[in-house]
Amino acid sequence: MSTAPPAISRAVPPRSEQDRAPSPTKLVCENVFVRYGTKIAVNDVSLNIEECRVTALIGPSGCGKSSFLRSLNRMNDIIEDAKVTGRIILDGEDIYARNIDVVEVRRRVGMVFQRSNPFPKSIFENVAYGLRIADMKGKAEIAARVEESLRGAALWDEVKDRLDESALALSGGQQQRVCIARALAIRPEVILMDEPASALDPIATARIEQLIRELREKYTIVIVTHSMQQAARVSDTTAFFYMGELIEHGDTEQIFTSPKKRQTEDYITGRFG
Amino acid sequence: MRYAGRDWLLFGATGLATLLVLSMLGIIIGVVLWQGAPVISAEFLTSAPTSDMTGGGILPAIYGTVLLTLLMTLAVVPVGVATAVYLTEYASPRSRLAGIVRAAVQNLAGVPSIVFGLFGLGFFVLFIGRGLDTALGASEPVWGKPAVLWSALTLAILTLPVVIVTTEEALRAVPNDLREAALALGATRFQTVLTVVLPNARGGILTGVVLAVSRGAGEVAPIIFTGAANFLPYLPTDLRDMFMHLGYHVYALATQSPNVDAARPMLFGTVLVLLTVSFSLNLIAVVIRSRSRAALRA
Repeated sequence: MSTAPPAISRAVPPRSEQDRAPSPTKLVCENVFVRYGTKIAVNDVSLNIEECRVTALIGPSGCGKSSFLRSLNRMNDIIEDAKVTGRIILDGEDIYARNIDVVEVRRRVGMVFQRSNPFPKSIFENVAYGLRIADMKGKAEIAARVEESLRGAALWDEVKDRLDESALALSGGQQQRVCIARALAIRPEVILMDEPASALDPIATARIEQLIRELREKYTIVIVTHSMQQAARVSDTTAFFYMGELIEHGDTEQIFTSPKKRQTEDYITGRFG
Repeated sequence: MRYAGRDWLLFGATGLATLLVLSMLGIIIGVVLWQGAPVISAEFLTSAPTSDMTGGGILPAIYGTVLLTLLMTLAVVPVGVATAVYLTEYASPRSRLAGIVRAAVQNLAGVPSIVFGLFGLGFFVLFIGRGLDTALGASEPVWGKPAVLWSALTLAILTLPVVIVTTEEALRAVPNDLREAALALGATRFQTVLTVVLPNARGGILTGVVLAVSRGAGEVAPIIFTGAANFLPYLPTDLRDMFMHLGYHVYALATQSPNVDAARPMLFGTVLVLLTVSFSLNLIAVVIRSRSRAALRA
């Protein structure tokens, strides 16, 4: 944190033409409903998520974007009363099919939460957690993967000399990057991020955003964000949710410059939300 | 003026009540220390009582209390922690079974300890013990008589509610974020409990265990019928042996001794040792609790 903060606009490299080239579809969502008891949180959403792209889910609080995100790695399973219907297909496989192993789904679709939630363990053990529960044994192998993941989360240089210290001693932004490294360690294909920077200061936010752009090289990223500027800065495509429904989905640039739906325009111009 | 007068009255009344509580504790500790301290010696702590209970020491009672409490802990912790894990981590909040279990735990906590004693005699000694003897074809009771094992199991049931309730509290205090983090990394529910929930609830669980131990160490009623001995000059070496116990020894010295007056110094010495054990266990519980709270805040 010793260097001067980069201007936020420069933290994210400008998008090139190649970025907007079509990419294969990683996740196909068809007629997804999420219900909590009798309350419908996500109402008939169909959405394709492209591989190695950043998809931003935006919309006002309670619009269903987080509920939708959590259905992509079956985290809604652990909520009492939650019921997901419809089809969510990851590389041709319905993750809600009966013979699917939830653990396997969550290893392929990682998640970073709104509040950074490192375990009260050392930095090293945090990142190694997913490897240990998957029974990875080799010490050198685990150490190599931890380093790789911390480098991937742009945190290695800051913590390489104090891997044995508690992750809770780190700053908020660093803790969130530990959580990202922890998710990267099990080599997921998709990473879900639920407002990953909402509790961080602008500098830490800029770093996370830059990281998201870098991670896009290898991972498919779906990010829920409250901040429209953030969606505009980091995402390739944007989906606008309102009252549980998907109102509009398209190229981020198109959504922010020439939205097709009135509600989208009202939201991004700040008329409500 | 009238109101100011009432205020003084209330202040006086509450202050007096507080003073009363403090003085009670002060008198108990004072008398026990004053009468008991002169008796305490290396010999008192390391030798067996004489047969008329007016001399000697209380080593068998100390040993018996420790053995009993240890066995009780071994029995109560796995069952209590497993029950609490089921209630908080597996059962749905609206589960009927969980509701019944919670109600049962609360009622268990309200059962007078003498009833546990009778239950232990009827269930462990007579039903299980005698049953074992019959099944093994023993001509004389081997299992079907009072023993330290049956006392420990009876005490375990008595202290089960303490362990379950404190463990439940400790598990609920573990932030849900941590469970979600583990699950999102591909941990199974069982792995989450084992690697994240239990380690982070360790302090609270330990507090419950120590509280159960300190409660169990002082209870006399449940062990009267199930294994405590009036007088036993040797140390128990088998789970089926009877044992001496500090609390029961106090009762025996005060009422069963052939010469109660001559036994009085021994009585106060024993009470002092019993109080010291109880207080130190409570102190340990308090220290562990405050440390685990501090650790969660850090």
